[in-house]
Amino acid sequence: MTPNGSSFSRSVMPMNRDDSASHEAATASAATSGPSVKIRARDINVFYGEKQALFDVAIDIPEKSVTSFIGPSGCGKSTFLRCMNRMNDTIPICRVTGAIEMDGEDVNDRSIDPVVLRARVGMVFQKPNPFPKSIYENVAYGPRIHGLATGKDELDAIVESSLRRAGLWDEVSDRLLQPGTGLSGGQQQRLVIARAIAVGPEVILMDEPCSALDPIATAKIEELIDELREQFCIVIVTHSMAQAARVSQRTAFFHMGRLVESGATDEIFTNPRDSRTQDYITGRFG
Amino acid sequence: MTQHTVKAYGDELNHLTAEVARMGGLAEAQVVDSISCIARRDVNLAQSIIAHDDKLDQMQIDIERKAIKLIALRQPVAQDLRRTVAAMKISSNLERCGDLAKNIAKRALVVSEAEPMTPLTRSIERMGHLVTGRLKDVLDAYTSSNVTRAVGVWWRDEEVDEHYNSLFRELLTYMMADPRTITSCAHLLFVAKNLERIGDHATNIAEIIHFELTGEDMITHRPKHSDIEA
Repeated sequence: MTPNGSSFSRSVMPMNRDDSASHEAATASAATSGPSVKIRARDINVFYGEKQALFDVAIDIPEKSVTSFIGPSGCGKSTFLRCMNRMNDTIPICRVTGAIEMDGEDVNDRSIDPVVLRARVGMVFQKPNPFPKSIYENVAYGPRIHGLATGKDELDAIVESSLRRAGLWDEVSDRLLQPGTGLSGGQQQRLVIARAIAVGPEVILMDEPCSALDPIATAKIEELIDELREQFCIVIVTHSMAQAARVSQRTAFFHMGRLVESGATDEIFTNPRDSRTQDYITGRFG
Repeated sequence: MTQHTVKAYGDELNHLTAEVARMGGLAEAQVVDSISCIARRDVNLAQSIIAHDDKLDQMQIDIERKAIKLIALRQPVAQDLRRTVAAMKISSNLERCGDLAKNIAKRALVVSEAEPMTPLTRSIERMGHLVTGRLKDVLDAYTSSNVTRAVGVWWRDEEVDEHYNSLFRELLTYMMADPRTITSCAHLLFVAKNLERIGDHATNIAEIIHFELTGEDMITHRPKHSDIEA
């Protein structure tokens, strides 16, 4: 399939798929029915110097659901994730073309402040990266610099609610002033998620958030992701196909810089359209 | 089809499919034999069919265990998952075919004791050939992963139904003409019903193969006679 063809254009409606005829007829721009689209990307090409990392990626990411990006190492999934909150701006040789709209607004527009954008589009990385500060400060830092709290009481309330929503409050409420780095890996990852939530984001990007965690900590994060999707649009990059199948409603498969296929997760894992997707998820290459 | 990166996984899947094909061969032989023991009044053959049924039951259990183990240890997805589930479902359909063949063999023992009713057993034989032909075709479709062939079997279900209906009328005529034939005719009626059910299992298997290979259900509505008399 061509990247501009119908390969990515299954209906945006999660758990629902057009019949194959209308599927073939559908185009990415027509895929606007169903839950509202939070992020709409079109013709995304990314270059690192001379090397092109992404080719004509187009995808709609729906509101209040989890979308997972899967694909072999170097396929461009993290690169694409980083386009969404302009993390690629920090790499001097990186050039991005095409349009990424969040609620219809181009994130690459000059009038958009990347710092504000990154508060709206939070990010969680592979390795938990709490600040070398107290648990409290880790969460309070963002709301404070963004001026989200007017006083100590309000800040305390944000810290508590963020830690609660990240499922960490009961484990840390008696040691908020101890260093965040003293927590276990899984707790640190939830602390980082609490930190992302604290600034009231609309989208949370997660780049392999569980790859450094044990199965129990992973299950807790997955449970958390499932709860958070009621409030946020979540995009997760994962190397674990089983995790993509467990946590996401939609899955997108990247290969060699192209978006090969995207659709409802249950469809991708029972009946993928493209033979490359089939080969990858069944363990035939990659 | 590209090879699995983990070769042992691919081998296990191939092994599972081969087991189902082998079970299919045995089930088909049981059905073919059950028809000949009705036609030829062969009591020894009937007894051997009854004795062989355990083998099919055991094969079904083995296939199911292997499939469950594969799901637990390999977590198959997409075509591999469909293939694993298809193996389980087909084996249970084949096991039912075996049970029906065994039941035909048991009835052959009773029918053989009465006077021969050649025209009737001929009709049973013709219907039997039709049904075994479909079973054979659908098993060939399975081993060759041929979806067109599976769909062909699915469409031909009506022929069997028609045969069953005409045989039903034929048996009624016999019973009305000579009440002494009622016992044999009643058994033959069950034989015909069993054959019709084996045909239904072939249809089920065709549907399973279709889903296994395409990931889609057969949604076309196959016309059915509304005037089925039994």
